[in-house]
Amino acid sequence: MTLTGHTSTRKMLYWGSHYLMIAAFVIFALFPLYWLLKVSVTPNDILYTEGVRMWPSRTTWDNYTFVLTQSNFPHYFMNSVIVAGTTAAVTTVIAALTGYAFSRFAFRGKVIIVALMLITQMFPLVMLIAPIFKILAPLGLTDSLTGLIIVYTAFNVPFATFLMQSFFDGIPKDLEEAAMIDGNTRFEAFRAIILPLTLPGVAATLGFVFTAAWSELLFALMLVSSESASTFPVGLLSFVSKFSVDFGQMMAAGVLALIPACLFFLLIQRYLVQGLTAGAVKG
Amino acid sequence: MASIEIANARKSYGAVDVLHGIDLNISDGEFIVLVGPSGCGKSTLLRMIAGLEDITSGDISIAGNVVNDLQPKDRDIAMVFQSYALYPHMSVAENMSYALTLRKTAKEKIADAITNVADILGLSALLERRPKALSGGQRQRVAMGRAIVRKPQAFLFDEPLSNLDARLREQMRTEIRKLHRRLGATSVYVTHDQIEAMTMADRIVAMHDGIIQQVGSPVEIYDHPANIFVASFIGSPAMNFLEGTYETKDDNGSDGAGICLSDGSLVPVLHAQGATTHQAATLGARPEHITIVSDANSGLAARVDLIEPMGLSTLVHATLADKPIKIFTMDRPDYAVDSTIHVSFDMEKVHVFDTKSELRLPPITEPHPSHRD
Ligand SMILES: Nc1ncnc2c1ncn2[C@@H]1O[C@H](COP(=O)(O)OP(=O)(O)OP(=O)(O)O)[C@@H](O)[C@H]1O
Ligand SMILES: [Mg+2]
Repeated sequence: MTLTGHTSTRKMLYWGSHYLMIAAFVIFALFPLYWLLKVSVTPNDILYTEGVRMWPSRTTWDNYTFVLTQSNFPHYFMNSVIVAGTTAAVTTVIAALTGYAFSRFAFRGKVIIVALMLITQMFPLVMLIAPIFKILAPLGLTDSLTGLIIVYTAFNVPFATFLMQSFFDGIPKDLEEAAMIDGNTRFEAFRAIILPLTLPGVAATLGFVFTAAWSELLFALMLVSSESASTFPVGLLSFVSKFSVDFGQMMAAGVLALIPACLFFLLIQRYLVQGLTAGAVKG
Repeated sequence: MASIEIANARKSYGAVDVLHGIDLNISDGEFIVLVGPSGCGKSTLLRMIAGLEDITSGDISIAGNVVNDLQPKDRDIAMVFQSYALYPHMSVAENMSYALTLRKTAKEKIADAITNVADILGLSALLERRPKALSGGQRQRVAMGRAIVRKPQAFLFDEPLSNLDARLREQMRTEIRKLHRRLGATSVYVTHDQIEAMTMADRIVAMHDGIIQQVGSPVEIYDHPANIFVASFIGSPAMNFLEGTYETKDDNGSDGAGICLSDGSLVPVLHAQGATTHQAATLGARPEHITIVSDANSGLAARVDLIEPMGLSTLVHATLADKPIKIFTMDRPDYAVDSTIHVSFDMEKVHVFDTKSELRLPPITEPHPSHRD
């Protein structure tokens, strides 16, 4: 029938343009990563001579070998893993407990605490560097990973808390009340009933904080001066010298730095998708 | 199993008083239904018994012990929630055994208890399923099962049937009653559905605006409502109310009394205790206590508005003295709309209420209501 023929063409057109748009977006988003990869495997001698090509005529792993064996990069990398991992873990624990309290309890000063937490998110970070340096220096926390972890945790807790709260809000409080009547204390009910149901939220929060801490440059640059406590975003800058930029090595380091973030998201991906959609539906 | 005593229990949220001094004694094994319109504080009272809500003042005791400061887990009560509140990440069996596991009951004992309860509730085939994969009725059963495996001191139910369709609700109503007879467990059941209250309760507690209006057996409450609120809330179709004045010919009771309606017609009633002549009074008549008479002289004229067949019976909507009334009849009347019929009130069954205080003024022939709550 002409009618169905008509609608099926329209349908195809619709889905065609749908996928075309998605493809365009994905290409747009991933192209820089592709370029990163391309430059990282391009031998130094042809980097500038070949002009703009989608793929170099020769490829090499030299940049990677150099970064891994000759440079300080593995050290920066480990520092970053420690800082981002600890920050993510500590922040998520604090955010889960605080978010639960915000979601379930009415207490004096709640509004004030929420307001304060929002205010901390309003200042440009640059403004806070000097005071924070002043505070940390006498405590011996500048130039140390611990200092970075504390600063990152402090800055990420407010948002992470609101994120966790929204996940707790999505879980009916009947559930822990049922558990409390069944024989749990409130904390046991939180651990045994509510937390397992909030795993997607925990994963999302972990992922968010980890990425934020992993890629943070400003504080890492300002609070840390020694090589030994530098994180990899600072390390990347060491490939920029006064006279030249070693793009090949820098890109290789960049590709390596992507690996933990990718691994991390691969691990939590299952919960994350669940969590984001669950949150979306429940609103 | 245990008795529950509630003595002058109050609840306020800040400046808002939700419960104003509740006094109630529930005896061992009794099935009490708390009924009242939305927002009257039924759930709050139930949650105070459960320990999920603080008691602002007053005392609640279970089995003779004041439990005001006990955590829910130490009160040994079970509760069935309106939302069922099944643990989504546990199987049916795990949901039902959770409380026993927490009490470190031996594995074989738990298994026995689960098999037994699953049998009673017809859940044996579903034990390994997650709540997500159950129908509403099945979830409701699991919630019941979770409560009864524990053999608690008392059961608390907060509108457990309100998410079920009408047929299933009727079925569960009977099942819960049977279960109660079998277990003999003290139960407090909250509902806003007066039919559930009538059919299930040993005693009904009718609440309104945080105050207990009346406590009594379903029949007591239905036949002798304490005030206009209880009279209008219990019974479906609801009682008819006609405002007027209380008139007597002779105050010694030998001659008649009546309610004079707004159009001047007089409905004879029994002499009412404490009523004064000419006082504002409201006539309360259940639809089944009004009859349609063929003799124009022995009834009041009313205009037919609507005939509502209900299967078993027919409900005639009419207008009397400018007020809508409903008349229940087992006949199959075929009056035309706007035709005139004549109705008469069953003098022995209708009620007189003081319009101002809204209290029922019982007939002088009726003994004082026994206070046995
Ligand atoms: N946290 C609170 N703060 C202030 N008022 C509250 C709070 N919780 C409940 N209330 C009020 O207490 C009153 C009683 O509530 P409750 O839930 O007990 O009513 P209910 O009789 O169970 O009604 P329903 O049949 O709708 O469930 C309501 O008027 C409600 O607005
Ligand atoms: Mg309620």
